[in-house]
Formats: sequence, structure tokens, C-alpha cells
Amino acid sequence: MVDLTVKIGDITLQNPVQPASGAFSWEYNDVIDLNRLGALVAKTICREPRLGNPTPRMAETEAGIIQSIGLPGKGIEYFVEHIVPEYARFTPPLVVSVSSESIEDFAALAEELSVPDVDVIEANISCPTRNATGGNFAMHEDYTRDCITAIRAKTRKPLWVKLSPNAGDIVSIARAAEDAGADALVIANTFLSLKIRTDNFRPALGNKFGGLVSPALKPIVLRMVYQVAKAVKIPIIGIGGVTKAEDVVEYMLAGATAVGIGYAGFRNPTALISIIDDLAAWCDERGIKKVTELIGAVRDQDMEMDTLNAASAGV
Amino acid sequence: MTTPDPNENYTDAALRIGDVDPYPQRLVGEFIGIVTRNDWVNDEYKHVVLKVHEHATKAYAGQMFHLLCPSPDGAEVWMRRPMSVYRVDKTAGEVEFLYKSEGRGTRGMATLQPGDEFNIAGPLGVGFKLQPSWKNIVVLGRGVGLATLAPLSQLAAENGVGVTAILSARHEGVVMSKELFDDLGAHTITVLDSDGSSDVENVERILETLIAQGKTDAFFTCGSNRLLKLMQRLGKKHGIPGQVAMEQIMVCGFGACYVCVRTFEVDGKRVLKRVCRDGPVFNMQEAVGW
Repeated sequence: MVDLTVKIGDITLQNPVQPASGAFSWEYNDVIDLNRLGALVAKTICREPRLGNPTPRMAETEAGIIQSIGLPGKGIEYFVEHIVPEYARFTPPLVVSVSSESIEDFAALAEELSVPDVDVIEANISCPTRNATGGNFAMHEDYTRDCITAIRAKTRKPLWVKLSPNAGDIVSIARAAEDAGADALVIANTFLSLKIRTDNFRPALGNKFGGLVSPALKPIVLRMVYQVAKAVKIPIIGIGGVTKAEDVVEYMLAGATAVGIGYAGFRNPTALISIIDDLAAWCDERGIKKVTELIGAVRDQDMEMDTLNAASAGV
Repeated sequence: MTTPDPNENYTDAALRIGDVDPYPQRLVGEFIGIVTRNDWVNDEYKHVVLKVHEHATKAYAGQMFHLLCPSPDGAEVWMRRPMSVYRVDKTAGEVEFLYKSEGRGTRGMATLQPGDEFNIAGPLGVGFKLQPSWKNIVVLGRGVGLATLAPLSQLAAENGVGVTAILSARHEGVVMSKELFDDLGAHTITVLDSDGSSDVENVERILETLIAQGKTDAFFTCGSNRLLKLMQRLGKKHGIPGQVAMEQIMVCGFGACYVCVRTFEVDGKRVLKRVCRDGPVFNMQEAVGW
């Protein structure tokens, strides 16, 4: 039986499969055994109680759904007092996602969230419907460095940084986060998107823009994970379009240590558990003893990138 | 011959009829039902019956299943569609849905044939609840909302509660659920747009008569904003409690994603509640309407 455990800094996950922030809550215990997940990832919390964005908050497109929720929540005090204990009943490490519009407040929030039952702080510096200087710091290298430096100074908890796929050069931003003290990178948040209704000429979402959630993200985010993995030394959690065990394998081959899942858990509430089971079976069938053997194991060293040779090769 | 692509192994862990459940303490399951019938009941509505794993028959009146609808058009239907259960037959191991073939999800559902598999997740949410002190209830619904209210007749019959069901529709041909209410001993009153009897003023007269006869320990409604407003007004005037079933675009079904929120007024304060987990059945007086 394969050893599915992976390490992300000092944190050991029993397997590399975890939910994506915002697509999960302890309430999923109604349908799956949460103790089987690699980690539990809470919905992003902000300091203030927030209602979130106007409805509709989701629209279907030909390429997946777009959604804009607006980080609703009851604020940090309620979160620490009432939500953290809901997660603490389960055994996997708890990753707490946090967002703020100012760097100072972001750091202060990280400090306040550094309570015993919280195992990891995930800095959501990439909410797609926030702007670059108001929470979506991952759009720029310098904002990312400043924000993560400030958070790092205020917490000793493992610090994961969630990057944006909407930035021009994600590799530079990943390096900035690593330099500033991130323990791991979460790649990536959703893609900023738009749908316009042709019956009334209005944007389909109440907040106009939304983030694309779809298996369509997988090849794009996989490319980002591959590029970033070649540029940084810290572990990467790949998020985007994982719907089956082979997708986990692909992300790990590209250099990820673990994956996060959003869409698949929406479509099939039992998906995370079956992906874990299928991943173990996939490894066992191939005699893979440790899943960590897959990390960065893509065979690309001999690729010549020669267009003429490639085009004339036999099929 | 080419080797099969290993990336084609999509996961499928939903429970089929007779499967041993690896997580029996679950409240909600993902089930693969088998369609036994999917027939038109009139020009607009279809009735689908599914044989399901026994756990799925724990659904009660007002609860929903999240349906993974087949595509009607070759493009993907990405998200499940929430639908309240129309009828549960524990003995036969069946759940039933009554639906209007309208959007892409329900149009896809309309293509299901007997023998087809249909993936449903549930039961979800908080359904209708009867207080032990209630002897007579009034159910008022319109259109497909009547499909949501229909299982109340079953619940009321089991609890020895009398039901008056006021069924509102555009015309005689699209009155939904009348048979189900009739079969379970409800007193049904049909009101129609075609003869003007569905006017709010007329429905109000009917309700006032029922109130005067002492047949209204509680109100139940679904499917019409103006009928909700009417029942709220009369409920407030006469001190009659009520429940309303609401719908909203939904994604996860578990309360995690906050897509399906609606506005409610609780103790004079406006709040957002999740239809999937806080509902879909809510205190009628708290609903703000739409």
C-alpha cells in the first residue's frame, strides 16, 4: 500500500488532497468523512462581518461557472470563537484563509488567528474581485513582498500564500512571496471573468465580474505550477480543475506537493474521498511506494524543443 | 490498437441500489438512481420516478435533492440543480420529482428514459415541520410550487392533520398535484387565471372563510410572491404561523459556498440566509419575497 503522506514545511498531510478555500466547510461532514482529507481549509475570513456581494452569485457559461461571493462572514471574533472549534473536532490540519484590504490589518489578522487550533495561515492575497491595492496584492510583485513580509513578522504559524492567475508574471510574484518568508504557495485563485446576458444586455452576476471555476483551468494552472516549481524551493499546492486522481498525479509531476479541489466537490460531493481512494489505487497498480516520488517527476529533460524535428517525427 | 488514455478514468463513487455504505452515519449521500418512468403529465410538466439506494428515501416533505442533469444540447451542464422531492415511497425504494421542463437542467432531465441512471445528492436542507398542536393546515401554491407542497399532504395524513389545498394555475390543464392531494384526503380548491378565480381578492375571501371555520392552524406556501404576501398579511392579522419554501441559484448544497443566499427579515433586521442549509423552508413571516 502506497504511502500517501506529504510534507508541506513542518506540516504533515496524510494525503495530498485537500479542499480549496471557499468551496468547503465543516458542513461537508454531512456527506463525507472529513478525517480522511489531507487538510481542512476554511473559507476566507475578514476582520469585519460582511454580507458579501449581491445575487446572482453564480452563472453557468460554456466553459464552467463564474461566481462572485464577496467574502461573506461573521468577522474574525466570531470565527475564532465559533468556527475554529467546528473544525477542531476533526483530525486533519486546519488551514485558515484570511484576507484584508490593508497590509497592516492583514498582518494583525494573521497574528489574531495564530491560536492553538489553527495549523496554517493561508494569506488570500488574490481574491479576484478585489483590486491590486485593496486585497488583491498578488497582482504585483512589490505588493506581494510587502504584504507577506508584514504578515511573516506577526506570526510563527506556517504561512501559505495564495497567488493570482490574473497577474502577468506569476513566477516573479512567487519568488517575491518566497523571499518574504512564505512556507508554501497555493496556485492559484480563480480567473477573473465576465458573462453578459443577451436577453437583457446586463452582466449575469450581481457583482458584474466573477471568478471562473472549471476543469478548463487545469491545463493553464498546471503550466503555472510547472513554471513556478522550477523557480522556487518551497512546496506548492496546485488548485485548478482537479476532477480525478490522474489530475493529482499531473499536478505532482509538474512540481506540486499537494492539490486543492473546488469544482469537483461542487459537482460530486463525494469527489474528494474517491479521488484519494483512486490515487492510492493508481500508485499501487504501478508499484509506487511513496506518492512523493511523483513530485516534479515530469520527464522533460530530454525534450529538444526543436520544431522541425518534432514536426517530422513519426506518430 | 492504441493504449487507453489513463486520464479517462473519471471518478464515480455514488451509491447504487443495494450498495453497502462505507460512511453510514452520513446525513447526505450521492446516489445513482435508475429511472423507472419519466412521463409528461401535461404540456409543460413531467413526472420522474427513480429507484434509489434506501438511504435516499429518508427525505421528508420540503427537502431537496441536488440533481446532476444530463445535457439537453451537447454542451456541459456544470452544476447540479436543486429540486424539492415530490413523493417518497419507502416500500418501493423510490423518490419522485415533478418538474417543469424549462431551463437547460430540466430540459436535460426531460430526456431521461426508463433504465437510465440519474445521479442525485441529498436529502438536503430543512423541510416542512408540523407542530403537534396543529389539527388543520392550509396549503396555497402555484405552478411548480405545488410540487414542493405536495408531500405535505403525505406528512399531514401520517400525522392525522386535515389539509385544505388551494391550487392556483393559469388554466385547468396545468393544475399540479391535485390527484396527490385528493388521494390523501385533502380538501382541494382550484383557482384559475382563465376564469379570474385566482385573483388575490378571491383567494383572500377563500382564506378568510377557512379562518372563520377554524381550519387554519398554519399556512404553507410556495411558488408565488403575491400569494406569499397575501398569506403573510392574513397570517399577521390573525396570528397564524406559516412556512414558505424558497428557491435560489445553488452550487454546493451544504452551506459552504454562499451562492444561494436570500434576504430575510428577522426581528426587524435584514439578514441573508442560505436556501440550501437554513432552508429551503423558512418562517413565512421572515421571508422578504422577490
